[in-house]
Amino acid sequence: MYFLIKRLLRMWRERQSQKDAAAPPTAPPAAAAPSNSSPPAAPRVDGPSASSRGPLALLLHEALYDIKISARNPRARFFGFFFPIVLLVVFIGVFGNSHTTFDGARVSLKVFYVPGILTMSIVTNAYASLVILVSGLREQGVLKRRRATPVPAVVLIGGQALATVVTTALAGAILLLIAKLAYGVGMAGPAIVAVACTALVGTVAFACIGYAVSGMIGSQEAAQPVVQMTMLPLWFISGVFIPISNLSRGLKDLADVFPVQHLANSLHLASVQSSFGASISATDVLVLAIWAAGAAALAGWRFSWLPAGAAA
Amino acid sequence: MARSALCTHGWTFEVDPRADDSGTRPPYLGAMFTNSLDAAVASAGAGAPPTAEAVIRVRGLQKRYGSHEAVRRIDLDIHRGEIFAFLGPNGAGKTTTVEILEGFRQATVGSVEVLGQDPWKAPGSWRARLGIVLQESGAEPGLTVRECVALYAGYYPAPRNIDETIALVGLAAQSGERATSLSGGQRRRLDVALALIGDPELIFLDEPTTGFDPSARRAAWEVIDGLRRLGKTIFLTTHYMEEAERLADRIAVIADGRIVAEGTPQNLGGRQLEAAQISFRLPAAKAAGDLPPTLAERLQSDPDGGLRLPSASVTADLHLLSGWALERGLELDDLEVTRPTLEDVYLQLTSEE
Repeated sequence: MYFLIKRLLRMWRERQSQKDAAAPPTAPPAAAAPSNSSPPAAPRVDGPSASSRGPLALLLHEALYDIKISARNPRARFFGFFFPIVLLVVFIGVFGNSHTTFDGARVSLKVFYVPGILTMSIVTNAYASLVILVSGLREQGVLKRRRATPVPAVVLIGGQALATVVTTALAGAILLLIAKLAYGVGMAGPAIVAVACTALVGTVAFACIGYAVSGMIGSQEAAQPVVQMTMLPLWFISGVFIPISNLSRGLKDLADVFPVQHLANSLHLASVQSSFGASISATDVLVLAIWAAGAAALAGWRFSWLPAGAAA
Repeated sequence: MARSALCTHGWTFEVDPRADDSGTRPPYLGAMFTNSLDAAVASAGAGAPPTAEAVIRVRGLQKRYGSHEAVRRIDLDIHRGEIFAFLGPNGAGKTTTVEILEGFRQATVGSVEVLGQDPWKAPGSWRARLGIVLQESGAEPGLTVRECVALYAGYYPAPRNIDETIALVGLAAQSGERATSLSGGQRRRLDVALALIGDPELIFLDEPTTGFDPSARRAAWEVIDGLRRLGKTIFLTTHYMEEAERLADRIAVIADGRIVAEGTPQNLGGRQLEAAQISFRLPAAKAAGDLPPTLAERLQSDPDGGLRLPSASVTADLHLLSGWALERGLELDDLEVTRPTLEDVYLQLTSEE
């Protein structure tokens, strides 16, 4: 699958570059000198800037470039897109014939792992990738330089948040599609709508937590370990890798405090229920919203545009 | 108009005679640069001499971090169209001051006006008139040169043309390359392009040539010189005295949070008044005591046998000295007259406590 996508992408890129090469027919053949510093024949006309077309256009402009930036980051692509797919295939391959209980019903582990890994994919894209990206951009002075332009801060943050929602949604959709096509694990229509709603709240919540955490990280090198330390243990106690019916009371209570369990629980509901109302857990969504609000407040207090290493 | 004139001549850093591919580009950078800029300046009617209008006005600026006083009540005036160099050792309060002027930090006490606004409270429209080349700023990850410039062009209400601006800093050939794959000098040029894309009136250049090789530095100076002639006001910080001397109309030196000297490169710290020195060597047969007494009494000797004569009236002293030597048919080796360099003055200013 991975190689197929890679192959298609490479073919597409080759076609693009052929097009680009054929595009400037104005290059005089006399310029046989190996110098490649000759400027292009005529500059393209740019049209009105995004900023001059209003705040919404500016937001979309920022989001578009932020999507490009994260799509071209090999680390984010691997951990956000391919790694969850690999884990889904491995877990279903190994445990797919066993069963567990969820919400009082007997459930195949095949069905269990789809929302579990979907949770993991959302948390990775909305939280882990964002923390690493934002702390990197900040420490390298990229955020400071963006902030030195007339763009309102809310557009820079909003554009990046929108980009995160789009990438997270895309990764989740691919995962669900693979589950359906390869393992026949699907969801009822209303349940998918419920998943989309829960996932949106979850994505926003984890993005807010991401901004809050990146405000507390002092260096780019610290981002990766901090992310792993905060994320990995929760996957094991929040019904992502292991059904929570296997866990002790104490661990369940502990997991209840953190947001991962609430996202996972609501997504699990959608995999066993068929109506919209039964597929969405109001309590879980509320807890996620509270986390989002708290994290947003913390981020607003701690967030910095300047590199932490360059104070004074 | 200014832009198109600049661009059609392909204003570039590269000194590459082979690039003369069409006959429209003069083979030497200097000639090409002068021609294109003169055309640009003439057509724009810009490049007027600095006027008295203050672009930056600072009065009694103080910045405290806890009990540490990083900037101690400084005053600054930067006029429209001038290149102002702000010098000082690391930790002297230079970066803090620049960041306050750019609106990144708030002054503890004092009044700061940049383009008529308090930077800390200034709206986005104020930032649109400003271009900033930060001391350290990484490339936008994953984006090509053109995409970086296009991203920033979108931030401004009336940006310059993207391709023209890329050509202006000499990156036209790298337009499609990832910004992260550029060399250090090329990335700095991209920084300049990103600062120019909004067509600013005032440009902050924070150590723009640190880490450049000598030829890249000279090329960068050409660009900065060109910005001046287009009427831009430039606030420059640098550690290279040669750079300040070559570019700046005025210089201020900050040390330990205070402005310790302000002036032109020629008269900074009373440099023009400092005594010149006549240095020379005597042939082995002669001793310092053989010289005319008016010279001998002021003479200082170096450990390596060289002699130095501090002189307030160089012409008279030189006449006396060379007359004495000619009468005796002597040749004075290594004879030269030196005045303190800007670097000497700077080191003296910043070492005083």
